[in-house]
Amino acid sequence: MSILKKLFTAVRGGAREVGESIVDANGIRIFEQEIADAQSALQKAKKSLTEVMAKEMQCKRKVSALNSSISEHEDYAGQALSQDNETLAIEIAEKIGDFETEKAEQEQVLSGFTNHIVALKQQVKEAEKTIKENQRQLTMVKTTESVQKATMAVNSTLNTNESSMTSARASLDRIKQRQQDRQDELSAAKQLESATNGDDLKAKMADAGIGGSNTKNSDILARIKAKQGK
Amino acid sequence: MELNELSIKLASFEAEGVSFESFLIAGDKDQEVLQVIVDGNDELPIFVTQTDEQLLCISYLFCEAEIKAELKDELNEALLRLNVPIPLSAFAKVDDRYAIFGALSVNSSFDDISHELVTLADNAIDSLDAVTAYLNE
Repeated sequence: MSILKKLFTAVRGGAREVGESIVDANGIRIFEQEIADAQSALQKAKKSLTEVMAKEMQCKRKVSALNSSISEHEDYAGQALSQDNETLAIEIAEKIGDFETEKAEQEQVLSGFTNHIVALKQQVKEAEKTIKENQRQLTMVKTTESVQKATMAVNSTLNTNESSMTSARASLDRIKQRQQDRQDELSAAKQLESATNGDDLKAKMADAGIGGSNTKNSDILARIKAKQGK
Repeated sequence: MELNELSIKLASFEAEGVSFESFLIAGDKDQEVLQVIVDGNDELPIFVTQTDEQLLCISYLFCEAEIKAELKDELNEALLRLNVPIPLSAFAKVDDRYAIFGALSVNSSFDDISHELVTLADNAIDSLDAVTAYLNE
């Protein structure tokens, strides 16, 4: 059964100590050990995979070297035949036969390596999947445990702190009141600022067309024109 | 980031126009909990806990006993439906308390964490405001 399913069942059963009821501290340690074992097995599998892959490469090199030797000697045999040197040609043909025997052997070894690699890769993939899955499940258990411990700490804080024991409604009211207070403070400060700056009075006077100390563009233009007229 | 390091950083920080107060609360010695108060709202503190992989930020909203009994199913359904639309946070229940929480990777940057805390604090207030109809007078 997956850990999530176990947790679900425990929650439905009303178990408070969910983490502990499912996997005790000892269980967690065993789980962690299993993951560690799987990881070391994975390391070994990866190491032998690289070894086998290196051997496969060597083997491939040998086969291709044999191939070129064979074609090279076929060439030589052809040359011997064109010189009507039958004995030499037969000798060369024997050599080619040796090469082909060796090639067949190497190819057999090579296919063994190739199959081994496929199997090892599959093993590595499966081990990685298992480790990831176990780690995910372990995380769930450990998180449950952490939340439980944290809740215990929080509970003891909340219980010693009277103000936090009030109802949610009261809390919300207080928060809203605080936000309103802050808003009021802010607008009061703004009013005060504009009053001390005399922005209010200036604005009122400007509305009434009094004390318009700002020179208008048309006035400036008229002044310049007057200067030019001189 | 260790929780005490987070606490120190939060103290000298103001993000998105918000200030933080935080302190480690006494509890299990191998499970530290940081209590964070965002923008002076100590009615809805956020409790930050660290596990191997996650940083859990939890704010407790209300007790099961505060819910109007006849509206409990409706409230549960509403909270489930709101889980996806609500930004960064999700609703949860710890023992008999309803909570709103956010989970971050332990590799999150300080900016990510502070953004999470600010968002969670706002979501907590908004959620509480939204569900008062379901709570006892």
